[in-house]
Amino acid sequence: MTMKPGPKYSAAVLWTLMILGFALVPVLMSSSYQLNLASHVLVWGLFAVAFNMLWGVTGMLSFGQALYYGLGAYFVGLMVEYLGSAWYLPAIGIGMLAVAATSFLLGLLVIRVGGVYFTMLTLAFGQLAWQITFKWYDFTGGDDGIQGITAPGFLQNPIAYYYFLLVLVMLSMWILKRMAYSPFGLMLRCVRQNPERVRFLGRRVRRNQLRVYIVSSLFAGLAGSLMAGIDNSIHTDMFFWTTSGEVILMSVLGGLNQFFGPFVGAVAIIIIEDIVGAWTEYWSLIIGSLIMGMVILFPKGLVGELHHLKLRMMQLKARRSE
Amino acid sequence: MKAILELESVHKSFGGLHVTQNVSFSVMSGEISAIIGPNGAGKTTLFNQITGHLQPNSGRILLKGRDVVGQSPQKIVAQGIGRAFQIASLFPDETVLDNVKVACLSKLDQTRRFWRPVQAFRQATDRAYSILEDLGLEKQADRLAFELAHGDQKLLDIGIALVLEPQLLLLDEPTAGMSPEERQRTRELIKKLWKAYDLTLVFIEHDMDMVFGIAEKVRVLQLGALLAEGTPDEIRNNKEVVTAYLGEA
Repeated sequence: MTMKPGPKYSAAVLWTLMILGFALVPVLMSSSYQLNLASHVLVWGLFAVAFNMLWGVTGMLSFGQALYYGLGAYFVGLMVEYLGSAWYLPAIGIGMLAVAATSFLLGLLVIRVGGVYFTMLTLAFGQLAWQITFKWYDFTGGDDGIQGITAPGFLQNPIAYYYFLLVLVMLSMWILKRMAYSPFGLMLRCVRQNPERVRFLGRRVRRNQLRVYIVSSLFAGLAGSLMAGIDNSIHTDMFFWTTSGEVILMSVLGGLNQFFGPFVGAVAIIIIEDIVGAWTEYWSLIIGSLIMGMVILFPKGLVGELHHLKLRMMQLKARRSE
Repeated sequence: MKAILELESVHKSFGGLHVTQNVSFSVMSGEISAIIGPNGAGKTTLFNQITGHLQPNSGRILLKGRDVVGQSPQKIVAQGIGRAFQIASLFPDETVLDNVKVACLSKLDQTRRFWRPVQAFRQATDRAYSILEDLGLEKQADRLAFELAHGDQKLLDIGIALVLEPQLLLLDEPTAGMSPEERQRTRELIKKLWKAYDLTLVFIEHDMDMVFGIAEKVRVLQLGALLAEGTPDEIRNNKEVVTAYLGEA
């Protein structure tokens, strides 16, 4: 049984359906709340996919990607707060530069240790950033966060902002997907599966880990800065470990080994949270049990199981035609 | 003929356990030779020192006349040593083709390219296919590496090593765990590769048909020390070797 890549148009169909689906939300929605929900899905989806480049692809379980997500958000929030909303768009760019610099420097530190130590160290740095933001009330607003962050000009219109968001998120995912299937992406998967062998091909494991750490952080930062304009506010929770935990959960639920797995995981978790949250105040208990059930039933993740099913059907078909 | 690899009084111990004791020998460029010895004789440990995975306590290891002791495996591999492992060291979740291809991309210094898909790199693809054909694995190119039969996994491991165009190739028990038919096929294949790729080949092996069938020179290790060195005939008739090792086999 050989595994042939599907015809090229199937990927194009998938992209078209996905973009079309999200593009139609403002047209079909019955309230602005649904727009808000779709925006959350897009931002979390990007954050989760970027995170999975690190974990699912390269095998580096960071428990501190909230650091970069928060950094992106706070660059936008603080610059708009102190310098005016004209700085909204430049702040996204400056925030990403800051994320690149931070992830490069921290990356040099955290990548030196492997496995669970890497996870713990990233968690520690994430919590450190949370503490600083939390305590530095005069500058960051501490626990209150910053409200009233508005984008300039026509982006003040929520629908316009939504399309702006949609374009940036889809563009970012396209870039990440190209990376995942390039020689660089193959090298990253090899680093996960057999770092010793990679070294013996004459390639540096840590150098590749640092590269993907920066790339993943960069898009986490972008996701954070885009989030600031959706709720028009930022808060310290964006740096908190639960934010890092959320993308881990999304990746597991959607499937680590599929590019779009974490995105589907993000969709599932946000919709579940929304439905269950409206229904009962014990929502976290219900969500916890639901996710536990799903992980037990679908160990490969939602997309992973679907993919597995497709392969099984192809095998059956091939056997029947023999 | 020039020596490609020279070991000079190489010594390695772990605590009180001397795993390599004063081993000296020279491997001539272009030769095919075997290292034999009972389990625990220090054969793999010796390979590990040659490739920089372990550091000897004393002695020199010269590759093309230059001491490589203290250098990292990456540096040593760049100087022309290839190695296949006792337990095939592969990228299990990638296809057979991509296992070889990632090595080709490394060789062509294209692993930093992040935009065009892997399939678009024709030169690496062609090279990978030609190596798979040499190994007889081309029909399995699209299968995942972990799905391959044990013997084929070991061949694939050799294939990955060949990509880097080593002058010296070290094979650690290439036929271990294979069926008699697989052994026969592998033996002929290795001899073919040795000629086709213009290699200097050193292999560790317990299969005596392979050792006495294709090696031009045999070295015997016992308890970390070099017990004997010579042509297959000399080794077969060496009393010490027969008592220590061959007699039992």
